[in-house]
Amino acid sequence: MSELLIRNGFVFDPLQGIKGNRMDIGVKDGKIVETSALKNPKTIDAAGMTVMAGGVDIHSHVVGPKVNVGRLFRPEDKLFKSPLKRCSRMEMGFSVPSTFKTGYDYARMGYVFVNEAAMPPLHSPHVHEEIRDTPIIDNAAMPVFGNNWFTLEYLKNNEIENNAAYTAWLLRATRGFGIKVVNPGGSEAWGWGLNCVNIHDPVPYFDITPAEIVKGLIETNEHLGLPHSVHLHCNNLGNPGNYTDTLESLKLAEGYAPKNNFGREQVLHLTHLQFHSYGGDSWGNFESRAKDVMDYVNAHENITIDMGQVTLDETTTMTADGPFEHHLCSLNHLKWANVDVELETAAGVVPYIYSPKVKVCTIQWAVGLELALLAKDPMRTFVTTDHPNAGPFTRYPQVITWLMSRAARDATMKTFKWLDKTIDATSIDSIDRELSLYEIAQMTRAGPAKALGVSNTYGGLAPGMDADIAVYALNPESMPSDPAEIEKAFARCAWLVKDGVVTVRDGEVVAEPAKRTVWVDVKVPENAQVQRDIYEHFLRHYSVKLDNYSLFEEHLHNPRVIEVDATE
Amino acid sequence: MKTVILTLTNPSELLLEGQSITPDNFAGKKAAEIAALDVWEGKQKSPLGKYFTVAGDGGATAAETKIVLRGDCTRVKRIGQQMTAGEIVIEGNADMYIGGWMKGGKIHVKGNVDSFSGIGMEGGELIVDGNAGSHLGSSPRGEWRGMQGGLIRVAGSVGNDTATFINGGTIIIGGDADIHISTHGEGGTVVVKGNAKGRVGGQMVKGDIYVYGTIENPLPGFSMVGEVEQEVDGETARFAHHIGDLGERHPVAKGKTVYANLYTRI
Repeated sequence: MSELLIRNGFVFDPLQGIKGNRMDIGVKDGKIVETSALKNPKTIDAAGMTVMAGGVDIHSHVVGPKVNVGRLFRPEDKLFKSPLKRCSRMEMGFSVPSTFKTGYDYARMGYVFVNEAAMPPLHSPHVHEEIRDTPIIDNAAMPVFGNNWFTLEYLKNNEIENNAAYTAWLLRATRGFGIKVVNPGGSEAWGWGLNCVNIHDPVPYFDITPAEIVKGLIETNEHLGLPHSVHLHCNNLGNPGNYTDTLESLKLAEGYAPKNNFGREQVLHLTHLQFHSYGGDSWGNFESRAKDVMDYVNAHENITIDMGQVTLDETTTMTADGPFEHHLCSLNHLKWANVDVELETAAGVVPYIYSPKVKVCTIQWAVGLELALLAKDPMRTFVTTDHPNAGPFTRYPQVITWLMSRAARDATMKTFKWLDKTIDATSIDSIDRELSLYEIAQMTRAGPAKALGVSNTYGGLAPGMDADIAVYALNPESMPSDPAEIEKAFARCAWLVKDGVVTVRDGEVVAEPAKRTVWVDVKVPENAQVQRDIYEHFLRHYSVKLDNYSLFEEHLHNPRVIEVDATE
Repeated sequence: MKTVILTLTNPSELLLEGQSITPDNFAGKKAAEIAALDVWEGKQKSPLGKYFTVAGDGGATAAETKIVLRGDCTRVKRIGQQMTAGEIVIEGNADMYIGGWMKGGKIHVKGNVDSFSGIGMEGGELIVDGNAGSHLGSSPRGEWRGMQGGLIRVAGSVGNDTATFINGGTIIIGGDADIHISTHGEGGTVVVKGNAKGRVGGQMVKGDIYVYGTIENPLPGFSMVGEVEQEVDGETARFAHHIGDLGERHPVAKGKTVYANLYTRI
């Protein structure tokens, strides 16, 4: 079939330890091959350019009901912000872009795999319908477990095997990828108008604590040997002084070792850590505690994190952390949507403006960058904006530029109204570190792919892997002195090859190769108890019948199944 | 100031999207270049010159450009949308969105305008000699930032939902207003010299409304606190002073709770 040779680029592939060597990359039939295996390839001249694997986003909210609520209740997000039709489908929106714009914009930035970080299991058909409508990029979606009645009951009774059997059933029923936990126990407590702010606050009625939920889910995850670890959005998000709760949550992973066949080395991924690294006890003395949190992360290898970088935009927050969104709405008095998903989870949506004129926002901006700049191991620290919560994913190039250039950070800081207070409350001004292209490749493709357990397919350029290759117009031997040039290069890649197909050229989408849905199919021993529990719950408590709950095959688009055998 | 005269000689079959008719777009252009600007009729894009004859060149800047529209522009939308300076005179009626998202300059309509005029306005002046439709000076749909500044003056009557989410600027209505004025208001002033139908100031947090005539169905969320003498639009009169909307949150500034004010003429 098709052959392609990407010639003479500076290749950065952390999975193979390649640090900017001038190399050729061969592509045949959608896979990367040794260049010697090519007979008569088309050639892409990448001389003077940076070559990396296609980007992998470990945490983003791009499909599903809450994203759609955001689209519906923010028509102003599209006002004068919808480009004319350039690709085969119309693009719309800024912070909650249409499915089409989502796919095209990720491709233009050189990304090929995006993990939807919260799927309400009951609404998985909708999630998969939107995945089908999102062009080019491969998607996975993680069902939420941290407030699920089944999970709470099994873990309360310490029935790990039963919980594992239920988890495997739900992953199959929703065609899900892994275990997501959002404000464990807290979103369920929200049904009583309460919250679990501390990891030892009991969940009403269930009489279990967030700490027990997280530990139980880590045990479940390692019992099953899933590709990805538990993916935790911990309790007490976004409040001054919450870093102590974050440290307590991180400590829950102590004593657990990863057990899987996918090369994953962590047992816990703590997402959008920026929102969880705050000191002080009010908005008045709000300050960064990024250093305390990163000292812990740096010292513990069984943990990975992502940033949740605030990008100083007007955006739309959306999370399964229902109580948090109510709290946010009473802070900013903007519109609020709130949803309860029976037995499973809840969600809220509130618009938010991160302004350079507001002290709390600029401190939040600094906290995110501190986390990444204080990281000892870029293979365990990933670039995200928790799209669209801290900012839209289309700002990744800007985030990368802030990480790579002290001058870019300084230029942004000059626009802050409360610059002195921001500097006092954080350590951002004392950090001179500028990340290299190799470290950026670790944080945006190799690291996330490894943490997700898909580094045999995504995030690298070794022969046999998917031919997902991004070429950026950046010469590592003569990096531009103007940081805006770095941003420009990462915003619109020179070439994106997806599955061996030239998809983006000079920053514009030129082809739309078939995208995939990645999900994890776990084989577990037959468990009559769990089957009966599921049957009973659907009979008594669900508004849908069991037969209508599981995803129908026609909802699943072009699946790529990762098989896990947990029967032994 | 240089004047460009647009005469509608070949009216469109569908509604015409005229957002390119602004001093900002005309500045620095010759008559022929102006006639070549894009306008949309349905999904068809055509040059402005297909519908209008263009006489005169634009000034060097938007502020030095005056546009005069002649002919029946009842079906031309979005004239002066997002304009920042200069002047537009419409010698008859105009359709929806006239002066929408306007930042500066002046628009004078000698006839009527349809709905959504002055929507999302941030500055400048919109003067209408006739009547206006609904959503005058209101916020775009979904948006919580309504009119931020500027002046809208309508000599005749207006439709419903005037000044939704207003938080700055002034709207003066010579005639009557239909239901909903300053819903969700957070500032700004609306003056109705005729009668208002009802639901005046619903969910309003801050800002002023003056009604000279009667309010057919006043809201229970407003409570009378006294009588005051106020100067409005150059004349002084006595008003009954109501505060509200008492069902809404109200911030405290300098030790005093902030309410929206509704004044009805005595």
